[in-house]
Amino acid sequence: MSSTVKFLFISVFLLGGCTAGKNDGSAGKLKVGLVFDIGGRGDKSFNDSAYRGLEKAKADFDIYTEYVEPGSGADRESALRMFASRGFDLVFGIGILFTDDITRIANDFPDVDFVCIDYNISEGLNVPDNLAAINYSEQEGSFLVGSIAGLMTKTGTVGFIGGMDIPLIHKFETGFVQGVKEVNPGCRVLVAYAGVTGEAFKNPAKGKELALSQYHSGADIIYHASGSTGLGVFEAAREKDMLAIGVDSDQYHEAPGNILTSMIKRVDVSVYHIIRNKMTGQFEGGIKQLGLKDNGVGYIYDENNRFLISPDIISRVEELKRKIIDGEIEIQLEEK
Amino acid sequence: MTDFVLNILLQTVRISVPYILAAVGGVFSESSGVINIGLEGIMLNGAFCSVVGTYYLGNPWLGLIAGVTGGIITSVIHAVSCIRYKVNHIVSGVAINIFAVGITKFFLILVFGSSSNSARIIPLKLITFPVIGGISPVIVITVFIVVLAHVILFKTPFGLRLRACGENPAAADSLGINVWLMRYSGVAISGALAGLAGAWLAMQQSQFTSNMSSGRGFIALAAMIFGKWTPLGATGAALIFGLAESIQIHVQTMGVNIPSQFIQSIPYLLTIIVLSGLIGRSEPPAAVGKPYPEELSL
Repeated sequence: MSSTVKFLFISVFLLGGCTAGKNDGSAGKLKVGLVFDIGGRGDKSFNDSAYRGLEKAKADFDIYTEYVEPGSGADRESALRMFASRGFDLVFGIGILFTDDITRIANDFPDVDFVCIDYNISEGLNVPDNLAAINYSEQEGSFLVGSIAGLMTKTGTVGFIGGMDIPLIHKFETGFVQGVKEVNPGCRVLVAYAGVTGEAFKNPAKGKELALSQYHSGADIIYHASGSTGLGVFEAAREKDMLAIGVDSDQYHEAPGNILTSMIKRVDVSVYHIIRNKMTGQFEGGIKQLGLKDNGVGYIYDENNRFLISPDIISRVEELKRKIIDGEIEIQLEEK
Repeated sequence: MTDFVLNILLQTVRISVPYILAAVGGVFSESSGVINIGLEGIMLNGAFCSVVGTYYLGNPWLGLIAGVTGGIITSVIHAVSCIRYKVNHIVSGVAINIFAVGITKFFLILVFGSSSNSARIIPLKLITFPVIGGISPVIVITVFIVVLAHVILFKTPFGLRLRACGENPAAADSLGINVWLMRYSGVAISGALAGLAGAWLAMQQSQFTSNMSSGRGFIALAAMIFGKWTPLGATGAALIFGLAESIQIHVQTMGVNIPSQFIQSIPYLLTIIVLSGLIGRSEPPAAVGKPYPEELSL
């Protein structure tokens, strides 16, 4: 018994020593903590984008950063709480799954500022002043890639493949369909979802079969919003030598030559800007809806895919972009 | 029209291959008396090993062998804990599934620097047939495996002994059959086949994707039960599940206005109907899940 007690004491001292050592490096600096979504760094999407923003901020400003890659549900909440209770100034939660946890913890720690990327806005959930709830207007970016697809299709048929059949993904679908119809009213849009559970976002074999069917039914361009299920869509595009459109980040390198463009969410820009605002004391809580106007979403047109899309099409798409920003075009979201 | 039907049939086969292989594997494991709900994890490890094998050895056939080997190694962990250490088979199987998700992601980051997907690998060369066109050689191998599995299980002394160990291990033991050896063999065969199923998944995508088995091991288990613990029955069930999935894909593509939730529940509805005994009873081997000898004697 006594040896156990001794061991505990020693452990506590050792742990205390460790924490003290860490604090030395952060003294006087703004402390930024970031908790990743499931998947963690290296997901070539969301988390990597957030990480780029964090790294850029770290390079540009004198800040101290730490991050956690949680494994399961419970770790998410405890990781947020850990940062808040250790005196961090700004804590990020990356992903829609953080919504409930981060709202609760922001209420528990009013002196700490929190940010949730992809916040799930719902009635009855009040966003506290110290929480910046970032939400992207995916329908606007999807509208633009839809217009590219509508202008470029040779068969008059394009496809959309979603992951899980939920309202968040319907935003991508409705935006895309309206974008296609705006420039090509007679164009057919095939729509399919990989499933009704979370597994639907990580089922590339299903994605490939859905895409093969759509290509077989005449589609020549397919837009996906389905996580790694979309890698199967790209595989089908490669096999049939057709075109596909990526999502969330620039997915050109997953199938070079077959990725027409990608609808991107600028998570890196958001993370960077929020840290910069925090540095200058301009942090603002509340719901932030980021669309084309704020450069929160967009599409890829760069040296990689320039040979795939003609400049005429880009000027047409830029005109549509301006119209959306000016409010001339309003994208209808489905009734809730 | 024939083109349309052929398209659905080929798609059904492609979707069914991993179900068939893992379900036939499950038949071997459970016939010997060991429940194997770790098929899902074994499949995932097989997929990863096949990609790493192909990536480093530069030959997809060697990758296929690596996938099978990875499956066997994973299943042996399950076998040792269930047979040697008499761990509850369900608990061990669940552990295998969780373990596989973690270890594949760990090595995915270590080898390929991504938590999402691996680099691309060289795909297997297709075999071209008249009418149906090019298909993967794994499909041909799968047909052989199903026939071979039926013959081994029901026409050879090995198959009889294996099944005896699942039905009444004490009687088998009294006749001089090494129950442990039989059970190890049964589980290892299931590991090899589930590993091959995983290799197929990875080869179809020319890469490994985190968690890519996405529930197929469990559908394979359902097919095994649906098929009344026989290789041919399990294959038939797997094909029915594959067909339902293919029809669901085509219904969506054609824009028929049926809620996707309903269409996607068809395979599971079928399983429940079968399990409830509407189409003949499905009885597991009598001693499945029971350690032998029953008392703990390490």
